[in-house]
Amino acid sequence: MNHVSSKQTEMHTVCIQGGIVIDPGQVNGRADVLIQHGKIVEVGYPLKQSINKDPSVTIIDASGWIVAPGLVDLHCHLREPGFEYKETIQTGSASAVAGGFTSICAMPNTQPVNDNAAITQFMLTKGKEAGMARVFPIGAITKNSDGEELANIGELVGAGCVAISDDGRPVMNSLVMRRALEYAKAFGVPVVDHCEDLHLTDGGCMNEGVVSTELGMPGIPDASEEVMVARNLALADLTGVCVHLAHLSTARSVELVRHAKAQGLPVSAEVCPHHFSITEEAVRGYQANAKMNPPLRTDEDMQALRQGLIDGTIDVIATDHAPHALQEKQLEFDAAPFGIVGFETALALTLGLVQEGVLSLEQALDKLTRAPAQLFHLPVGTLSPGSLADVVIFDAEEEWVIDPEQFQSKSRNTPFGGMTVKGKVKMTFVEGHVVYDGR
Amino acid sequence: MTWTRKDLLTISELSVEEIELILTTAESLKEVGGRDIKKVPALRGKTVVNLFFEPSTRTRTSFELAAKRLSADVINFSPSTSSVVKGETLIDTARNIESMQADIIVLRHSSPGAADHLARFVHSSVINAGDGWHEHPTQALLDVFTIKEKKKQIKGLTIVIVGDVAHSRVARSNIAALTKLGAEVRVVAPPTMLPLFLESLGVKVFYQFEKALDGADVVMMLRLQRERLGRALLPSTREYAKLFCLNSERLKLAKPEAIVMHPGPLNRGVEISPTVADSSAAVILDQVTNGVSVRMALMYLLSGAT
Repeated sequence: MNHVSSKQTEMHTVCIQGGIVIDPGQVNGRADVLIQHGKIVEVGYPLKQSINKDPSVTIIDASGWIVAPGLVDLHCHLREPGFEYKETIQTGSASAVAGGFTSICAMPNTQPVNDNAAITQFMLTKGKEAGMARVFPIGAITKNSDGEELANIGELVGAGCVAISDDGRPVMNSLVMRRALEYAKAFGVPVVDHCEDLHLTDGGCMNEGVVSTELGMPGIPDASEEVMVARNLALADLTGVCVHLAHLSTARSVELVRHAKAQGLPVSAEVCPHHFSITEEAVRGYQANAKMNPPLRTDEDMQALRQGLIDGTIDVIATDHAPHALQEKQLEFDAAPFGIVGFETALALTLGLVQEGVLSLEQALDKLTRAPAQLFHLPVGTLSPGSLADVVIFDAEEEWVIDPEQFQSKSRNTPFGGMTVKGKVKMTFVEGHVVYDGR
Repeated sequence: MTWTRKDLLTISELSVEEIELILTTAESLKEVGGRDIKKVPALRGKTVVNLFFEPSTRTRTSFELAAKRLSADVINFSPSTSSVVKGETLIDTARNIESMQADIIVLRHSSPGAADHLARFVHSSVINAGDGWHEHPTQALLDVFTIKEKKKQIKGLTIVIVGDVAHSRVARSNIAALTKLGAEVRVVAPPTMLPLFLESLGVKVFYQFEKALDGADVVMMLRLQRERLGRALLPSTREYAKLFCLNSERLKLAKPEAIVMHPGPLNRGVEISPTVADSSAAVILDQVTNGVSVRMALMYLLSGAT
């Protein structure tokens, strides 16, 4: 369980041998992976290039393990600048690579908000200094994410933002959202919306349903998400610009997106592992670690999200990694913040879908690699020769018990502590360097 | 049947036997209030802390009186005069109190689940005196006690709960208690004040007061919280009073011997007319008297003084 600094792992040529390579859409089978100078040179078995007699080649034995492109997360919160007590870009990156993620897109709800080039550059610099996962900042849609005036989107994209979003403070004014979509068209960046009508949410803190009625807890209705999904689909149609819908949680949201896609509307959607793994029942006993936004929903919703993954309505799996300090999650349920540490459990929870026969391993990995990279136009997510050598190696069969105390993240908030899961990250490489070694 | 719980957090978690035990104990302790010297030594040397994060006069006073009649030492701790205003968390406040060897902590808090949360962190017994919209178990126990006193048994009665059920801990606890004990429970209110899936709690839902009153043995009014008006739940208190005020004409729709209850404080002329509130059908002051007995019984059982 060590993070090794890149200097120690300076390796010109690496050969990952004996594993099953799954590069979604390209390779699925026994193959070796040859890496030189940070790039993938060849994937095959046997390799055409002979490395047997070269002592400078580092051989990695991946027998019995899966070798895949490093995972790509379109939705995380690294908390820096402003909330370093929850997470820093350093600890967040460490958490990411421990979970097999090599590219992570950081939401702009920092303090100050990432609505200008200086913050974007700060995040990029910190990401490089951390030297682990690639950090791709997401810029704000509006200044200070106040939902009123457009942020300097051109400046943000110029500085390196790969998408724009006001994240947890969704753009409530539909005209502002329309203008954002139109304006973003010039820069070709996706516009991401956290679909929530804050008036309908009205201070709710869990799914509005049988359990909230029983617990006397203010609820967040399904409709709070669905009216905004419907609005965004109408605006995508109006403007012709793709809206990326973050962390869908309800059955009707999936149905709305399915219908829109059938009509050819430009839309993409993501789902989080917690939403397809557990339900509102996890909140019983007022477990603040089960407090998320969108909230954990019902079994029916969970099944619909899984169906959406199967039929392609939902394009990607994203973590919504949202670390919070212990003292915050120790508060009373309604006072505690929303969120879950996502990086270090996402792969195992996704592999849970594979074990249950919901997705094939290749389909599951596609939603975590090729598909997200393609949506945000990131130059990663594949093992094709010539591409960046970002690689994850994992044992799909190894059972382990999730122990939040072992997290690389600075925070511990997860409802999955104590759960036995299958699938463990063994090694993570970024540009040919070992950034995580859990062997 | 012996009492085994450390805390009293909800009615939902209690068995019928446990409810009966509390009521029987309360019955035998009620006599103390009628004595010349209203005191028994059962909790002598024990410390009860009333930890109230929300303003309350009657509930706090009732708990205080109950503890004092059992000879416990009572401390009232209210947030305005405490470190809570300095940002101390509920748990830290409670641990401080526990460190002063409090045997029982009576908690009122605006967060649903606050008592549950507290009980997991402290060794003292915790009594939930109201947690947000969730539960107010001692209110339901004193209501059940009062109904039994007047109607002999709960089973088979038709009981109507009237008003803002969505935001009412009194309603949630009473629904749990009365359905467990075999009553037919009806709720009636404007639909904005009824939570989704209310039927899952085992009640019948009505929107028209008159229909709900038909054949009722007990009419339980909830207080209209005027601060709800701004939340698009109601057009005005005037319209609410017109549709939901329990007046003499409406009361005639219930059974002739029906009783009227209210957890207080009353909004006279809003949810209840003065004529009904002061009539012989109203058992509102009996509820207050019985509140002390029921709370004595609980503290007695929780302190293990069997």
